[in-house]
Amino acid sequence: MKKRIATVSLAGCFGCHMSLLDIDERILELVKLVEFDRSPINDFKKFRARCDIGFVEGGCCNEENVHTLRDFRKNCDVLVGVGQCAVMGGLPVMRNAIMHSDDPLRECLETAYLNSPYVYNPANDIPNDPALPLILDKVYTCSEVVKMDYHIPGCPPSGDVLWQTIVALLSGNPSDLPGEIIKFD
Amino acid sequence: MDIIPTIKQACKKYGNDRGRLIDILWEVQNSLGCINEEAMGLIASEIKSHRVEIEGLVSFYSFFSDRQKGKIIIRLCDDIIDRHAGIERIADIFSEELGIGIGETSPDLNFSLEYTPCIGMSDQAPAALINNVVVTNLTPDSARETARQLKKTLDPSKLVTKCGDGNNAHKLVNAMVQNNIRQKGEVLLADGIPAEAGLDNALKKASLDVIQAITDSGLRGRGGAGFPTGEKLRLAQKTEATQRFIICNADEGEPGTFKDRVLLTERASLVFEGMTIAAYAIGSNSGILYLRAEYAYLRPFLESVLENRRKTGLLGKDVRGKKGFDFDIRIQLGAGAYICGEESALISSCEGLRGEPKNRPPFPVEKGYLSKPTAVNNVETFCCIARILDKGASWFAGIGTKASHGTKLLSVCGDCAKPGIYEVPYGIGIDELLKMVEADDPAIVQVGGASGEMVGRTSFGRKICFSDAATGGAVMVFSSHRNVLAIVDYFLEFFADESCGYCTPCRIGIVFLRERIQKVMHGFAEDADLGYLKDLCKTIMMTSRCGLGSSAPKSILNSIERFPLVYSSHLKESKDGFQASFNIQKALDESRRLAKRTSMIYDPVYEDEAD
Amino acid sequence: MDKIIIRIDGAEIKGKPGQTIMQAADDAGIHIPRLCDVEGLEPQGSCRVCTVKVNGRTAASCTQPVADGMEVENDTLEIRNYRRDLVRMLFHEGNHLCPCCEASGRCELQNLAYQLGILQPDKYPYLQPVRPVDASHPDVMLDTNRCIRCGRCIRASIQLDHKNVFGYIGRGINKQVGVNGKNLAQTNVDIHDKAVALGTCPVGCIIQKRAGFFDPIGKRRFDLHPAGTKVEDS
Repeated sequence: MKKRIATVSLAGCFGCHMSLLDIDERILELVKLVEFDRSPINDFKKFRARCDIGFVEGGCCNEENVHTLRDFRKNCDVLVGVGQCAVMGGLPVMRNAIMHSDDPLRECLETAYLNSPYVYNPANDIPNDPALPLILDKVYTCSEVVKMDYHIPGCPPSGDVLWQTIVALLSGNPSDLPGEIIKFD
Repeated sequence: MDIIPTIKQACKKYGNDRGRLIDILWEVQNSLGCINEEAMGLIASEIKSHRVEIEGLVSFYSFFSDRQKGKIIIRLCDDIIDRHAGIERIADIFSEELGIGIGETSPDLNFSLEYTPCIGMSDQAPAALINNVVVTNLTPDSARETARQLKKTLDPSKLVTKCGDGNNAHKLVNAMVQNNIRQKGEVLLADGIPAEAGLDNALKKASLDVIQAITDSGLRGRGGAGFPTGEKLRLAQKTEATQRFIICNADEGEPGTFKDRVLLTERASLVFEGMTIAAYAIGSNSGILYLRAEYAYLRPFLESVLENRRKTGLLGKDVRGKKGFDFDIRIQLGAGAYICGEESALISSCEGLRGEPKNRPPFPVEKGYLSKPTAVNNVETFCCIARILDKGASWFAGIGTKASHGTKLLSVCGDCAKPGIYEVPYGIGIDELLKMVEADDPAIVQVGGASGEMVGRTSFGRKICFSDAATGGAVMVFSSHRNVLAIVDYFLEFFADESCGYCTPCRIGIVFLRERIQKVMHGFAEDADLGYLKDLCKTIMMTSRCGLGSSAPKSILNSIERFPLVYSSHLKESKDGFQASFNIQKALDESRRLAKRTSMIYDPVYEDEAD
Repeated sequence: MDKIIIRIDGAEIKGKPGQTIMQAADDAGIHIPRLCDVEGLEPQGSCRVCTVKVNGRTAASCTQPVADGMEVENDTLEIRNYRRDLVRMLFHEGNHLCPCCEASGRCELQNLAYQLGILQPDKYPYLQPVRPVDASHPDVMLDTNRCIRCGRCIRASIQLDHKNVFGYIGRGINKQVGVNGKNLAQTNVDIHDKAVALGTCPVGCIIQKRAGFFDPIGKRRFDLHPAGTKVEDS
């Protein structure tokens, strides 16, 4: 039976998903082995069945990220953090560097939308549509929010790394997870 | 204000000697109230050092400050015993009365309020240091009264109304500290110890015979490590050198230890006598007593004892008429760093450096203070040396057990009716001691302070000696209503604050240990976290550079092993795979406030959809 | 005592009096991983990554002198575990955002992580320090959030440049590298100083301005000499 895979990009840049496409023609082999459940690749927004493996790109910077990550934890047997953002926050985590401010979140938003020299914002307001998920006080790594089973570092992890990871996990042999080709950048 | 003359004068007082930097910094801070950037630059140019080095020292020692402090600095003793005795309530009262929080200085620059680790008054907790005045047994009422009086008089010395017993009432000590000597033994606290009997006997012998006598007595270091003292002196003596040094370690920083305080108060002369004997034995002409800053109130008295000894020929040229044996002692005041109790860190501090341990080998006996052979011993060890030379090696060896000779001065504190100083022969059972101190509900006995061993009820039959429950003097008693995890957490907080930061495992590892212990305390941890803790403890213990790092994890390992139920009752397996430590509500609070709206996902209105 | 023979993981090697275990191992071509120790500077023994077991007891091989008959354990599972933990600690102590760090690919910490097989870098919590970046100097920049307290810049400045541009300040987890002035611009640091030369700082804490990202990915120091080779060879 085909294994079910789900993928999602939280506070990431979709680069890791792009990298997944870098497995090139092996994608034909992949679709023979797995069926994609919830994933941006097929644009399914909800889980249709329990999955064997969930791949999570990005950390958590807002409530929707937390909600989604928990949903993944509930619906996936094995949860794999993919890329530096999932592992340690990545570029988004740089906003935690203003935690020394007395009012860090306000400073963060004001810098991003009002005060930065590169901002063009004639209305001079910070986006606050009720449909926008609330931003968290800081960026959290995936492991801080739920328990993760594996992490694949890299920015992004190369297609080869992702391919080897998928093969190792599908064959139930985590000891075959890629080693020497892992990079942090 | 032109600070240049002040700086120049301070540096000149110590011969513009870079090695006396700690003294210079004290001098500057006492005149200016801080050592600010300008002062650092000026000091550096006076003593031909570099500003960053001065900053390195000022930022290392907790009693130095680069920011202006109040004329009166109130340092509340924040050790676990004082916490149990209610120091937090006392802090609130000072805060309320003075209008400043912990770590703050009043705008009129009259007061600073801060916490400091154990000041060596655990037998009269809660206690505080107000400049150099010690106030003890604080109650909410007395704290309020103290604060009000300080506001009125701005003079801490006026707080001293009734002096303590013994030399605490000496006009140069003038302290409200009580000795709390509960039991005198025959070696250290016996009445009528003949003055200079040990020194006289020693000077009649050849120096090697003095070392032999100390070796024969079986004396081992009283500071905690227990290195054979005779052997240490022999090594220092046999190293070829133009000069050798004797250093007395009076940096009694181990939380819960205060026995050296009492020896320095009541047996000061005996300490110096012991140092003189040791100097004679190894051929040293110069000694240092490294006094922790918390005991600065004893300094004028100790200086007067030294001065007396100089006047009577017990120090100086041809000591006691012994031709060619010149010896003198200076007092080096510390500046607030527990790590300086480690002998090589203490030497660094004496040399005017950051109090970081040195790489070993070479050991201090080969290459110590100013790279010369140096024997560093504990205050109590020097007292023992003097007594051994007086009464003989076999007398001393006959006291205690087979492998642990002599008596041990214990400072007992915590949940017992009679905290204080007990001089007992080695080999006394913990249970026996608990009876003496009248502990009616002891559940945990911490032997050897924060770096020592946590002993549970089932092991109270253990003996206090080098081969069983070893201690430098600290014995803390905790009754059954105390929280083991809070005690462990305190110890880790202490070590994290006091780590010099030199090596990776101690600097970072202890912070990680504490993070996880707090997770356990808050009920956010799982079984697997115990494995994590044990694993991390092992790495820290095996790879740390000095004893601080290798003993910091002990309380975790001890408590996991001996109080497993405490841990298991706090551990909760996560059923949904979520991290219990992550609190989405807390993470959203700030955002709700800024956005002035509620969460679509996590607020009660939408409860049905929440996960 | 001229003849000193020690055994490292069973292999007999010769040492010279006054040598450290590390130096003797280097001479014999046995690699011991390291961070704070670098040729040309006095050993400091602070990173502890070079920890070995000597006659059953752990010691830093960069400061432990050789003595005849020493049995040294270097490449064992136990020691590798310690080293991994230490390297992880350093990663988690600072902000090591490899994807946007100029030092990536020539970073000794990163290389050591690869070498030790740290593939799941999430064992410890991230401390995420928030120290300001010192970009005051026209040529050199200091981001101490990436500092691993190895002190190589400090020692290079003192021992090679005779300048004391850098020094340790603070203690415990707050111990960091300070500069001899209000900021770097107020020191006498020069772009040609050994203390700020490429390769002195093993990570991306000291950065030469306008020199970052010159080597494309694939051509960087450790891209060319992949994990497992001797650090000082490259």
